[in-house]
Amino acid sequence: MRIRFFVLVTFLCGVSLSAQDYFPKNDGVKAENNNYTAFINAKIFITPTKILDKGTLLIKKGKVVLAGKTVTVPKNSVIIDLQGKFIYPSFIDIYSDFGVNKPNKAPSGGRSAQYEPSREGFYWNDHIMPENNAISKFKYDNKKAKELREAGFGTVNTHIQDGIARGSGALVTLNDTGNDSDRILADKSAQYFSLTKSVAKRQAYPSSLMGTLALLRQMYFDADWYAHGNIATKDLSLEALNANKGLVQIFEAKDKDNVLRADKIGDKFNINYTILAGGNEFENVAGIEATNATLIVPINFPDPYDVSDPYLAEYISLEDMRFWNQAPTNPKVLEENNITFGLTLHDQKSTSSFRNNLLKAIDHGLSKTKALEALTTVPAQILGKSNLIGSLQNGSQANFLISSGDIFDKETVLYENWVQGQQHIINNKELKDIRGNYNLAAGNKTYQLSITGELDKPKAELKEGVQKLTSKINYEDNWVTLSFNNKEGNMVFRLTGMTTSNSDNISGKVLLPDGSESTFNATRTTAFIGKEKDGVNEKPIVVPITFPNIGYGYSDQPKQESILFKNATVWTSEEAGILEHTDVLVKNGKIAKIGKDLKGGGATIVDCKGKHLTAGIIDEHTHIAALAINESGQNSSAEVKMEDVVNPEHIGIYRDLAGGVTSAQLLHGSANPIGGQSAILKLKWGASADGMIYDNSPKFIKFALGENVKQSNWNSYSRFPQTRMGVEQTFINYFQRAKEYDIKKKSGQPFRFDEEMETLAEIINGERFISCHSYVQSEINMLMKVAEKFNFKVNTFTHILEGYKVADKMVEHGVGASTFSDWWAYKYEVNDAIPYNAAIMQSQGITVAINSDDAEMSRRLNQEAAKTVKYGGMTELEAWKMVTINPAKLLHIDDRVGSIKEGKDADIVLWSNNPLSVYAKAEKTMIDGAVYFDLEKDKQQREAIKKEKALLINLMLKEKDKGSPTQEPKKKNQEQLHCDSL
Amino acid sequence: MKNLKNTLALAVLIITTKGFAQQTPAAAQKEPITIEGAVAHLGNGEVIENSLIMFEDGKIFFVGDAKTRIARKGTIINASGKHLYPGFIATCASLGLIEVDAVRASNDKDEIGELIPHVRSLIAYNAESKVVESMRPNGVLLGQISPKGGTISGTSSIMQFDAWNWEDAVVKADDGIHLSWPKSFKQGPSSVGQERRHKPNEDYSKEKNKIVSFLKNASAYGKSPSPEINPAFSATQGLFNGTQKLYVYADGEKEIIDAITNTKNLGVKEVVLVGGYHAYKITDFLKLHKIPVLIRAPHNLPVFEDDDYDLPYKLPKLLSDAGILVAMQNINAKNFQNRNLPFYAGQLVQQGLSQEKALQLITQNPAKILGIDKEYGTLEVGKSATLFISEGDALDMRTNQLNKAYIDGRDISLETHQTELWKRYMEKYNGK
Repeated sequence: MRIRFFVLVTFLCGVSLSAQDYFPKNDGVKAENNNYTAFINAKIFITPTKILDKGTLLIKKGKVVLAGKTVTVPKNSVIIDLQGKFIYPSFIDIYSDFGVNKPNKAPSGGRSAQYEPSREGFYWNDHIMPENNAISKFKYDNKKAKELREAGFGTVNTHIQDGIARGSGALVTLNDTGNDSDRILADKSAQYFSLTKSVAKRQAYPSSLMGTLALLRQMYFDADWYAHGNIATKDLSLEALNANKGLVQIFEAKDKDNVLRADKIGDKFNINYTILAGGNEFENVAGIEATNATLIVPINFPDPYDVSDPYLAEYISLEDMRFWNQAPTNPKVLEENNITFGLTLHDQKSTSSFRNNLLKAIDHGLSKTKALEALTTVPAQILGKSNLIGSLQNGSQANFLISSGDIFDKETVLYENWVQGQQHIINNKELKDIRGNYNLAAGNKTYQLSITGELDKPKAELKEGVQKLTSKINYEDNWVTLSFNNKEGNMVFRLTGMTTSNSDNISGKVLLPDGSESTFNATRTTAFIGKEKDGVNEKPIVVPITFPNIGYGYSDQPKQESILFKNATVWTSEEAGILEHTDVLVKNGKIAKIGKDLKGGGATIVDCKGKHLTAGIIDEHTHIAALAINESGQNSSAEVKMEDVVNPEHIGIYRDLAGGVTSAQLLHGSANPIGGQSAILKLKWGASADGMIYDNSPKFIKFALGENVKQSNWNSYSRFPQTRMGVEQTFINYFQRAKEYDIKKKSGQPFRFDEEMETLAEIINGERFISCHSYVQSEINMLMKVAEKFNFKVNTFTHILEGYKVADKMVEHGVGASTFSDWWAYKYEVNDAIPYNAAIMQSQGITVAINSDDAEMSRRLNQEAAKTVKYGGMTELEAWKMVTINPAKLLHIDDRVGSIKEGKDADIVLWSNNPLSVYAKAEKTMIDGAVYFDLEKDKQQREAIKKEKALLINLMLKEKDKGSPTQEPKKKNQEQLHCDSL
Repeated sequence: MKNLKNTLALAVLIITTKGFAQQTPAAAQKEPITIEGAVAHLGNGEVIENSLIMFEDGKIFFVGDAKTRIARKGTIINASGKHLYPGFIATCASLGLIEVDAVRASNDKDEIGELIPHVRSLIAYNAESKVVESMRPNGVLLGQISPKGGTISGTSSIMQFDAWNWEDAVVKADDGIHLSWPKSFKQGPSSVGQERRHKPNEDYSKEKNKIVSFLKNASAYGKSPSPEINPAFSATQGLFNGTQKLYVYADGEKEIIDAITNTKNLGVKEVVLVGGYHAYKITDFLKLHKIPVLIRAPHNLPVFEDDDYDLPYKLPKLLSDAGILVAMQNINAKNFQNRNLPFYAGQLVQQGLSQEKALQLITQNPAKILGIDKEYGTLEVGKSATLFISEGDALDMRTNQLNKAYIDGRDISLETHQTELWKRYMEKYNGK
């Protein structure tokens, strides 16, 4: 009956705790429990590193009084002997939505997007909601709390997980017996941000990651402007944002690259975010370490793929297979690199899977001390609540776990989770282990009984002589019930008995098939011997990561080499033209020398007899390597930066290298008249996003004209402009405003910092160049006139398919052109697009490039350039310039790349044939003197991918055999992005 | 610039057109034509370095060496240093069924309905399409025009590209039925916070059974004439008597094996595989069943991230090397890109296929697969004089420069809406 007694105690304690002393009481008399509870003889983890072997934990009124080796236990103590058992501080989940319902999804708004905000008195963007407070929506959830306590958690930090700025969170305990007045440890525990829009709001902006980042930046600028009293109207969002400034700032990134993005915003505004990671940080741990941020790390490791059907298994990418294999190493890698992190249940498939994943992380090298810290002291520190939670120091909340042993051992049973001094039983710690072999004497017969299985869910096997009898056992509260059939299977015997603490035998009464009663006695002959652990501590096989961590990634980033290309046909793209039998020496990343019979001086010699050497191809217009293309939430998005959304892991980069492409302008799409800022990249496969962006990159922005900005080809009728007439007015209006902004700024008056206006002012001031998506002659002419009105020049018209009709006007304006070789017929405005366009424009003196706007064409731009020889009779020399020096000129990087010239960057391609020929293959592609693509190396990579996939498939099959749950195969989405990808 | 001058000179002779109609179709061949001295690529794998080709009434009557002592007939064209090819043949194209992709009003390629073999491309074919005429200056002179979409998209016809109307244009009416086999992988639904994933198609068997059941019914229908005509079943009868081919679109190994086994078992006589991304893995199976393949054109991206970067470039070669009858289609690309057919073949040469073999993939092989090889696809005596002269190697962008092209012996125009605009604006600038 001890158990019942405990329950009663718990009940009483609970009542007394929640009876706030200044609250009137009408259902009885006031009574307080001032007793102590003493837990003795336990191994106590006061903190992960402060451990008592046989200590005493003394608690009273929900708090720790003392934990120590020699503790005088007061007389009014309930003593609990925990001989052989362990006590740990309960875990804390710092990233929870406990008790806070997610808002409902806004109903779809039909055909037209909503561009305006829906709120009044708040920030102009509906997804910015710092005024939200989790506590105002909080409703304690008993069911969920039970689940969490079973996983070891005692405290959670919860918030409304919706929107970009999400407001404040609340820190609450999982104390079932108290009420919210006990549970709430802090009602404004932290301020939250994310990169995801509110599901409850429909405002279109931001529609992209880069827009989200721009919005966050502008929000901070505006908050500052507001704080200084410069905004006359009320903005409750900005007020709340400013008021929450002093709280811990937590940012939901959920991906290794987003961690870096969040950190960049933090750096700009002097905020040290604690960042929710994505679980893939091991892929770029150096970058993560450099942020110095504290992380919150989910451990929702993926299940292995079900690869039993080889046809379906073929669809799974090496990247996805690897992630299954490597993800469990993430916490270990973070630990090795001294990154401070807490763990969270966030995105866990179920609360109960948390423990398995935690053990998996430990199997993969996470130390137990770090694991415990990540669940206790670290989250407490992040929240600034180390005095309250996360340890068993004096005065802490009495939140602790009692377990049968080391909490991170597989066999360990979690018995109890005490929260604020309230006992919550998870497994009965008093349950006697009845497993073993017995001689069972019942009803004049002797049977052999063998009990195995789990402690609280045993299995029985009963034999009469050699014959096995059908039997069923149940074990609860130390009561055993056993039923079995006789040999013939036609009569049932039922036994029930209780274990006793001082004997290994079980006895009780037996109900015989004829209804009569008798007694039974089971005498234990041998104790239970646990199954031999299969493959004890078999070290998991983990495949190494590459850069990037997908197929064709390199185990080390390519390094600069000294190479002497001997005896090549060199296409200089300079006045020197095409040089036969010429050597080119590459050193320190630069083209050191061009000439005949050069001495290498130790450089690796590449025999180029019969081969052609050119500068690397430059694609003026690409959308590879991007996570987003269009910020379509507004008709001007000058504030957004493609540099914010470079995806260095896109296979398109490698494929472009295999086609001799070394540089590309990653352009914003053409959804808006005023698009976003470009990223100009060197395609250094394996480098980080920032490592690919040009140093001192020239500043560019995408503009667009015609059907896309008018939204002609999809259902959208509410956004200005809907006609080419409106497009002109949009430009004039924005430039006029930017001009006025700039004048005000330069005058020294206080001004609201506006990233969009800053960008447009740069254009007017000649510091930023426009690359404008354009088709028909009227609009091309129009933009040049608008630019002239504001005294600047359009730098490039891209696409420019009717450029040939206004080539004379373009020459006069001084604009360049970057066009398709032969595209047309895909929409109405390209009716008059002709493949002779490039040749005509070139003949009139325009600097012309051939671009791709397409991942497929990009990787054979040499062939696209060759089409200008067919269409319009360009010379090969001029045709080749269209993909090398001409785009370099258009991008203002011709002082560095685009031709083979001494002193320029060694961005070089070795071709098997005349590079304009359809028969030519790129054999080596070099950037800054390092070889990023090599036909031979590529062959090895193919073999390596095959082998590694075979290994991983085998490992997954083994996991499945072991009974692991699996996920169905998936094919990696390889969406190809274009100008009009939304 | 030589070529530019030539064509400019030519332009003087041509009256400036309004720019919205196709070039006037050429009249029937009136007198014999002799082409002498060209490197003749016969399309069957053979080359005659210094050739003599003569044709009359639209038919080739002599193919041989220029050294042959034989009387030259009619107009003699000296083509020495130039190259001569049979007209290239596009397959599974939507040419003439759609003019401008984004303009719905110009789109006639996709009818509603899942199993609609009775829908025919023939009568919707726009012989005056500007996109169609733009094929010719690149040597693409014929094409199979097929409906798109749904499961059975409809019935295709084979057209030549210089005609007044569809009746003039047709080379072979209602040649085949186009069936898209279900995919064993499908894009899953999108849900908030979850990536949209490609996953195994749970309905694969169901979708497959629909097709099987349709073909079973169609076959049964044909065995006993019924007074009530079922248009779909009725349109399918050619499959069972061998007068029509079944073009089955499938890419995965499993789908290909399923598609071929099932359709063959159901009594379809002639099955052609279209797509075939993974066909190279089961070439023995394809050979066993004598299945020709219309393979995806090489100017496509690899489908899987881990694929060889050049897998699309070499796919046709892999099949060709394995001894499979293979020709090219470009259903994954834009309609207008059918004019790049010669360069698709060129890409195969880059991958190591011989020039003449690569050429076969856009000449003899498609003619065989489409069943028009008695007339078209090669330069052989008795066949249609559908051919062209190029300044240089027609498989390379730089040298694909046509100066004469004939369809059935008719001397067709190589002007297009595009060349006219080119000349118009060059005149404008040169007149400055």
